[in-house]
Amino acid sequence: MTVQTMITQLVFGMITSIEIFLLTLIFSLPLGLLVAFARRSRNALVSGAARVYISIMRGTPLMLQLMVVYFGPYYLFGMRIASSYRFIAVIIGFSINYAAYFAEIYRAGIEAVPIGQSEAAKILGYTRVQTFVRIVFPQVVKRILPPVTNEIITLVKDTSLAFVIAVAEMFTQAKAIAAAQTTMVPFIAAGIFYYVFNAVVAFLMEMAEKKLSYYE
Amino acid sequence: MDLLEINHLKKNFGDLEVLKDISFRVEKGEVVSIIGPSGSGKSTLLRCATMLERIDGGEIIYNGEKAAFCNEDGKVVYADKKTMRSVKDSFGLVFQNFNLFPHMSVLQNVCDAPVHVQKRSKSEAEETGRALLKRLGLSDRADAYPDQLSGGQKQRVSIARALAMNPHILFFDEPTSSLDPELTAEVLKVIRSLAEEHMTMVIVTHEMQFAKQVSDKIVFMENGFILAQGTPDRVFSEENPRVMAFVGKLTG
Repeated sequence: MTVQTMITQLVFGMITSIEIFLLTLIFSLPLGLLVAFARRSRNALVSGAARVYISIMRGTPLMLQLMVVYFGPYYLFGMRIASSYRFIAVIIGFSINYAAYFAEIYRAGIEAVPIGQSEAAKILGYTRVQTFVRIVFPQVVKRILPPVTNEIITLVKDTSLAFVIAVAEMFTQAKAIAAAQTTMVPFIAAGIFYYVFNAVVAFLMEMAEKKLSYYE
Repeated sequence: MDLLEINHLKKNFGDLEVLKDISFRVEKGEVVSIIGPSGSGKSTLLRCATMLERIDGGEIIYNGEKAAFCNEDGKVVYADKKTMRSVKDSFGLVFQNFNLFPHMSVLQNVCDAPVHVQKRSKSEAEETGRALLKRLGLSDRADAYPDQLSGGQKQRVSIARALAMNPHILFFDEPTSSLDPELTAEVLKVIRSLAEEHMTMVIVTHEMQFAKQVSDKIVFMENGFILAQGTPDRVFSEENPRVMAFVGKLTG
């Protein structure tokens, strides 16, 4: 294996990791908000279901969840698993797992906004949706940025778990090359990749926090 | 006609009866001050009148329209959505702790609801907003954020925010209770100027001198009942020994 093919494989792995990362965020951030609403619902059935969902997602290994999502359709319903489903299963698994964590962060953020804010909005005639969109949510975003940054950084590293259903992300590639070539270099490359990725994420989140620091 | 009429209003929190039997009226252009010891139910009364709390008995009538009333079974029902919208449009409320929106500038705080709730044009709302801020001595603070303001300025912004909606009646829930004497004077001056323009106002306050000077009517509450109501001269008289004792304690 030439150095060039090694690099090409690692780059493909990187791209897959970044894809998993971005798609997971795109799906889990809004899904988490829905779960947070369900968790806060006055309907006991709805809030109970959300509570169980969060409990399972946080209480079992993400690796196991990925396997269930991937193999589940075959073992439970006898469906044939197409190879293209591999990547989809990873995105589903990551999204539903991260949504549970984000839901709890949103919930804490929503509950931290003083009730007087919603009361003032109600008196001014805002609808419930307007109150959330215009008054509450902007304040929630500011409050939850630090814990969300934590979760996102964990997600960057968690993308390596996709190897469990053989999705060729960065870490899978590094491991394969390292084994074939008996060298540590791919692992060092992988380590640098995750570190730089997270440095960029942390930097961007810090910028976002600064941007929202115009008010207390 | 009465702008607001409250009849036999009751409110409990669990087993605790906070309002037992409250009836009073507010005429157009009238300034009514609600006074009384802490825990007498004054703030709860305002919160019921502004629909922040559900009442457990009696009725609330705005401008002849029944917002809340008892049906044949004696259960409290609230008016349909459309009536409620016109009722809610008719009043504003100024909170003790301001409740300004921290993520919006002063001008945005004042203009956001006129634009997004009343669907007025942005330019008209901003023009009105700036005029209001000017009137309340806040012209130079239009672009500031609430956390950059003094307490007195915050309360004046929240008065401007309420006025921007053109309410027929404005409620104040202890508007100066979290302010020092100087800032209190600053806010009372604004309320006084509104009274001179015959803005209809209902004010829950512990500022007795102010209430006496500015009000057309005083309502004295204790333990969920109204003990006395009428002109300041009548309420603050030997007729009402309890009121005199309360006021005496405060001033002396």
